[in-house]
Amino acid sequence: MQNAFGEPQTILLLGGTSDIGRAIVGKLVSPTCRNVVLACRTPSAAEPAIAALRRDGMTVTSIAFDASAPLTHAEFVADVVAQVGDIDVVIVAFGVLGDQATFDHDPVAASEAVTINYVGAVSVGLAVAEQFRKQGHGQLVVLSSVAGERVRKSNFVYGSSKAGLDGFAQGLGDSLEGTGAKVLVVRPGFVHSAMTAGLAAAPLSTTPDAVAEATVKALRSGRRTVWVPGALRYMFIVLRHLPGAVFRRLPLG
Amino acid sequence: MAAVGCSGVAVPVDVVNKQVALSPLTGWGRTGGSGSSVLPASSANLGDAVVHGPDRGVLMRGLGRSYGDAAQNGGGLVLRLAGSAGDAILDEATHRVTVGAGVSIDDLLRVTVPRGYFVPVTPGTRFVTIGGAIASDIHGKNHHGEGSFGNHVQRITMLLADGSTVEIGPDRGPDLFWATVGGMGLTGAIIEATIQMIPIETSRCIVDTTRAHDLEHILTLMDEGDHRYRYSVAWIDLMAKGRHLGRSVLTRGDHATVAELQGAATASPRAYDPRVIASVPPVVPLSVINTLSVKAFNEFWFRKAPMYRTGEIHSLAGFFHPLDMVGAWNRLYGPRGFVQYQFLVPFGEEEALRRIVERFAASGAASFLAVLKRFGASNPAPLSFPAPGWTLALDIPSSFNGLSDMLHDLDRIVLDAGGRHYLAKDSHTTPHAIKRGYPRLAEWQAVRDRFDPSGVWRSDLGRRLGLID
Ligand SMILES: Cc1cc2nc3c(=O)[nH]c(=O)nc-3n(C[C@H](O)[C@H](O)[C@H](O)COP(=O)(O)OP(=O)(O)OC[C@H]3O[C@@H](n4cnc5c(N)ncnc54)[C@H](O)[C@@H]3O)c2cc1C
Ligand SMILES: NC(=O)c1ccc[n+]([C@@H]2O[C@H](COP(=O)([O-])OP(=O)(O)OC[C@H]3O[C@@H](n4cnc5c(N)ncnc54)[C@H](OP(=O)(O)O)[C@@H]3O)[C@@H](O)[C@H]2O)c1
Repeated sequence: MQNAFGEPQTILLLGGTSDIGRAIVGKLVSPTCRNVVLACRTPSAAEPAIAALRRDGMTVTSIAFDASAPLTHAEFVADVVAQVGDIDVVIVAFGVLGDQATFDHDPVAASEAVTINYVGAVSVGLAVAEQFRKQGHGQLVVLSSVAGERVRKSNFVYGSSKAGLDGFAQGLGDSLEGTGAKVLVVRPGFVHSAMTAGLAAAPLSTTPDAVAEATVKALRSGRRTVWVPGALRYMFIVLRHLPGAVFRRLPLG
Repeated sequence: MAAVGCSGVAVPVDVVNKQVALSPLTGWGRTGGSGSSVLPASSANLGDAVVHGPDRGVLMRGLGRSYGDAAQNGGGLVLRLAGSAGDAILDEATHRVTVGAGVSIDDLLRVTVPRGYFVPVTPGTRFVTIGGAIASDIHGKNHHGEGSFGNHVQRITMLLADGSTVEIGPDRGPDLFWATVGGMGLTGAIIEATIQMIPIETSRCIVDTTRAHDLEHILTLMDEGDHRYRYSVAWIDLMAKGRHLGRSVLTRGDHATVAELQGAATASPRAYDPRVIASVPPVVPLSVINTLSVKAFNEFWFRKAPMYRTGEIHSLAGFFHPLDMVGAWNRLYGPRGFVQYQFLVPFGEEEALRRIVERFAASGAASFLAVLKRFGASNPAPLSFPAPGWTLALDIPSSFNGLSDMLHDLDRIVLDAGGRHYLAKDSHTTPHAIKRGYPRLAEWQAVRDRFDPSGVWRSDLGRRLGLID
């Protein structure tokens, strides 16, 4: 159960090695926090994160989780609950960016990426929501992306998976109204992280820490969506309404 | 099949089991909400609801005047006991009243004051139920002489986890009785209680007021003079700094006798009909409580208090429940709500108290008049809050920057001084802090396990603070 300041006692990070996810967890832990669970494809990969988070009175563990295996998700959530009890905050931070040029010629690779980014998030998101309804509280943080706000040709497989994820997360939040559970949709722009390493930064690029800061602030004030940086919200109001002919010609990479 | 109902309205058992829609609940501070299935209940069919209750457990809720998550049970069942003060039985020979646990002190006083009786202990609001008063073992301005609410309870009728009903008291099943007093609803449902009332001649109080220029002064005044008064409380201006640090207004008094009344009041010495004068609308988009507004208010209030005045006649409501004149004043703090921080430190630890007062003053946190009381002896209840020492209670908007870190620091000062935090007000502290502050927690847990082995009675507070597992 969170305290009056929205400080959670138990945090589950899905995508336990994610740079953005770890930054959010780092800002959420307080003396109130008892348990952090890092869910990763390869649990041993979370060792550095575990070491960095460890503090007195708080247990940090890692657990196996594969976003592309929806059949395992309900059981996965049940296992976490058996281990730590009620979960106060769950962060959906897994995802793959992939390479559009590869996807153009490899439909299977494209479908795998979509399975992780969208299908996996839907199935684990619903399993978490079921648990939230049972416990009567909980906050689900979903890392969407501005890439889903208006999908661009340069990464339309990734962008479309985020568009689907974003819609799912909003709808899930609405469906949880009144249950005590909530969903926060986070829409970052270009973030300097492992995912974008080696890519040329887009304008208004930001850092995992800045995303974490904005996310925690939005959680505390009970918002449903947050853009990072905030200015992107206004930029995308414009982009979303541009006629296709103009949009296609923009140098958006 | 029917399980829970109110005034004859039956609710199907399968509804109780799983399917009642969750409604969001918070405490008075409007923070840390959760969704529970909330149903009205009556003593007749409470048993069914408990026996067929959901996995997430069952909890009784009074008027939700506890500040944090004591009266909510996320994902589980929350029952509100119906009851009427009209059914209370007043025994004039023994001065005892037997009353349903769902009845509020407000309703009860409207029946008993005209007949010459006041509750043995009242909190700063009369909108609390008898069940809530026992479960939190509430204290009033008379703690230094008369102890807390549980000291005045002769008998409790309660429903246990197995669906059985028992009658307990300090001399009858004392383990369960004292575990229930201050037990935060986690030992069972209090259905009815017999309470020793205070006989009064009038519905007025006679009050002496003194201003104290700083913390040292107020502590001395209370140390030296509290024993001469039945009721005593100090309001501290926590925003005052420097040489004004801890400046306070001390009000002390007792129930007035007929002989002490003058003028019109003598015509109807026990007239009692307190009103709510105004209510705050449901949506206040932003907190109107901020450093400037509170500073101005505190200044005004301190200046308007007399330096020294004796024998003033106040109404019961004016003396005990001034905040009740404004309905739903908690909404003034806006959507993010507020925190009440209440702790005690034992006598001899005044230095810890001073450090905490200094810290609040330095922080500039918008804190309305804080309340300082001097506690007397504790009672045998393992989770009862009061113990000999000083208790300070103050309200702060939860959005105040850095408040959480500051309170975690202050917690340490309180605990290192051998003090503790009041469960009925808590919404921020940790299992560790409760374990340290309540050294008899394990003893209480053993009694709870004996009477509720499968953990039927549960609350968010119980889970958050590790009172239950
Ligand atoms: C303005 C204000 C001033 C206050 N001043 C004081 C004060 O001076 N001194 C003080 O001690 N407290 C004070 N309080 C706190 C208040 O007295 C307690 O929180 C009290 O318990 C509230 O009663 P309630 O009926 O609203 O109970 P709730 O808040 O609804 O419930 C409180 C606890 O009681 C349990 N409970 C309720 N009914 C039953 C039942 N029938 N059987 C078993 N358990 C039950 C609940 O499960 C919960 O754990 C104040 C509160 C406010 C808002
Ligand atoms: N970086 C950006 O510019 C940006 C912008 C907007 C939104 N986002 C989104 O923010 C989230 C976090 O991104 P990031 O920047 O922190 O990237 P990151 O460091 O690369 O993290 C991505 C995480 O996803 C995990 N993952 C990949 N496939 C998985 C699978 N099948 N099952 C379980 N976990 C899997 C990775 O785990 P492994 O260690 O096992 O690979 C890694 O922990 C992603 O959803 C991303 O789409 C990022």
